Amino acid sequence: MRVWGWILYGVLAAIGLGGFFLRFATGHQLAGYGSYVPWGLWVAAYIYFIGLSAGAFLLSALVYVFGVRKLEPIAPLALVVALASLLMALVTIWFDLGHMERFYYVYLRPNFRSMMAWMVWLYTAYGLLLLAELYYALRRHLPRYVDRGGITGFLARLLVKGRKTPFTQEEIHRDEGIIKVLGTIGVPLAIAFHGGVGALFGTVVAQDLWHSPIYPILFLTGALLSGGALITAVYVFFWPRKDEEWRELSLFLGRIVLGLILFDLLLEWAEYSIPMWYGVGPEFKALWSTLFGRFWYVYWVFHILIGVVVPIGLLLAWGLRGRVKAIGLASFLVAITFLAIRLNLVIPSLVHPKLEGLMNAYRDHRLVFAYLPTWFEWSVVVFSVALGFTVTYVLVRILPVIEGKLLKEVA
Amino acid sequence: MPRYAMAIDLSLCVGCAACAVACKMENEVPPGVYNLWIREREVGTYPDLWVEFRPEQCLHCENPPCVPVCPTGASYQTEEGLVLVDPRKCIACGACIAACPYDARYLHPAGHVSKCTFCAHRIAQGRLPACVETCPTLCRTFGDLDDPESPVSKALKEAGRMDVLRPELGTRPKLFYLNAPSKKGLTREKEVRHD
Repeated sequence: MRVWGWILYGVLAAIGLGGFFLRFATGHQLAGYGSYVPWGLWVAAYIYFIGLSAGAFLLSALVYVFGVRKLEPIAPLALVVALASLLMALVTIWFDLGHMERFYYVYLRPNFRSMMAWMVWLYTAYGLLLLAELYYALRRHLPRYVDRGGITGFLARLLVKGRKTPFTQEEIHRDEGIIKVLGTIGVPLAIAFHGGVGALFGTVVAQDLWHSPIYPILFLTGALLSGGALITAVYVFFWPRKDEEWRELSLFLGRIVLGLILFDLLLEWAEYSIPMWYGVGPEFKALWSTLFGRFWYVYWVFHILIGVVVPIGLLLAWGLRGRVKAIGLASFLVAITFLAIRLNLVIPSLVHPKLEGLMNAYRDHRLVFAYLPTWFEWSVVVFSVALGFTVTYVLVRILPVIEGKLLKEVA
Repeated sequence: MPRYAMAIDLSLCVGCAACAVACKMENEVPPGVYNLWIREREVGTYPDLWVEFRPEQCLHCENPPCVPVCPTGASYQTEEGLVLVDPRKCIACGACIAACPYDARYLHPAGHVSKCTFCAHRIAQGRLPACVETCPTLCRTFGDLDDPESPVSKALKEAGRMDVLRPELGTRPKLFYLNAPSKKGLTREKEVRHD
């Protein structure tokens, strides 16, 4: 099983590196988007990844800020996943820029009326906060590793300045106080940056489908659901010790995931039913084509069937009755298929001409109101996924993320 | 400070696309993308049937939604009301393309966003935009909205009908369509400020 996992990783990494190389060698030429549909898979993947990050972070905040002790074992892992997902999101949206080398302009000459500029600044603050929080969550374990060789020993010596004496209870208590302060800052920050991504879309008056006040709320719920489901799947399948505590916590997480699926569905009902109810208006047309147009299966098969019906069935029939692997599978399906929701959020609004007849003004491959992600675009997303996995794996190997120990010590 | 605007008398437009060609040459617009295009559509039912040509391009809105969304300030509005893109500052994130209600912007193959500039470089030399200068039926007029004697002000004053695209958005376009011949036509804007 493990061998197959590494083979899969090797294949994905090779595909991803191919996409990475092509992105630098050919720019946007191999992408399926053009002048009328400027945003495609990469933007959808970016909001998907950033949602995973925000969701994972908010889960860690349940422990560090709100004192939900039951979730304590997974809190450092949630921080690591949040950091890796943030990296995946930023790399993906960086690839989407026409001028990748100019990304720092948003720092040097920001326009603070732009939601996008706010996003970049908030992500930066969030990334630094994640690093700081991870530092204070892990440093109490580091004196044990100071005498080790390799990167673990190097990091331990660097981060606790060669200290070998264990941290006292008082010092640990002080670190927890610092983490609580950081987490308390982080919660509104996560709400701001992910609600802000919703606002980035919601404030665009030109896009009828996006221009909705429900978007920031919808984004936050989606973040909690997808990030929570990802952490649950990782915990169920990859946690090294499958004991009673693991079982209880898995059941607890399974209930959270089920509740969030249903709440997200309720918001989605509002998102779809209100503009569609009387069957008129541009939003109706765009949503109708989302549901029954050429790409109907993205909504019905990937989102509703595999992302909602099957997970709810798995959770109710087996998962919450004690079959923990079913909780993991249900959460995995929710986390993976959430990309379908993000695709249906970005693309349908853009593929509708804002001016009647514009599509007939010129004929050119760049001037079309249709979009299908190319293999090149998928391979770049695969690169981001492989990168996220690599970062997570390396961090749990070299730092005491799981129960204050390195992965090989608990595996 | 002038407030530049353009008017197109649709009753005079013959759909020759000379403006589109002139624009393409003047601004060295690469293949596959356009600053200016002619929208053509059939209007009415037989026997009361005709073809309407409508040249379209950036409307240089007074309240442009594409400007505030730009994270680096590459999209900006000049004091004369021109909405322009500084290619050196543009990171090509595409936010302004998504925010334009008229699909007037595009990704230039050189890796930045581009669109009609009202030929800002020609205006600076005291010349007319290339599309205005080349129009064989003189259906385009250009000038300062604040000058009652400018060609555009006179054309607006004399027009039997004046419209802008999607007035309900409140973007206050400065590209006016005059004497639209179609029965459906464009949505008529009730209050267009050109005082």
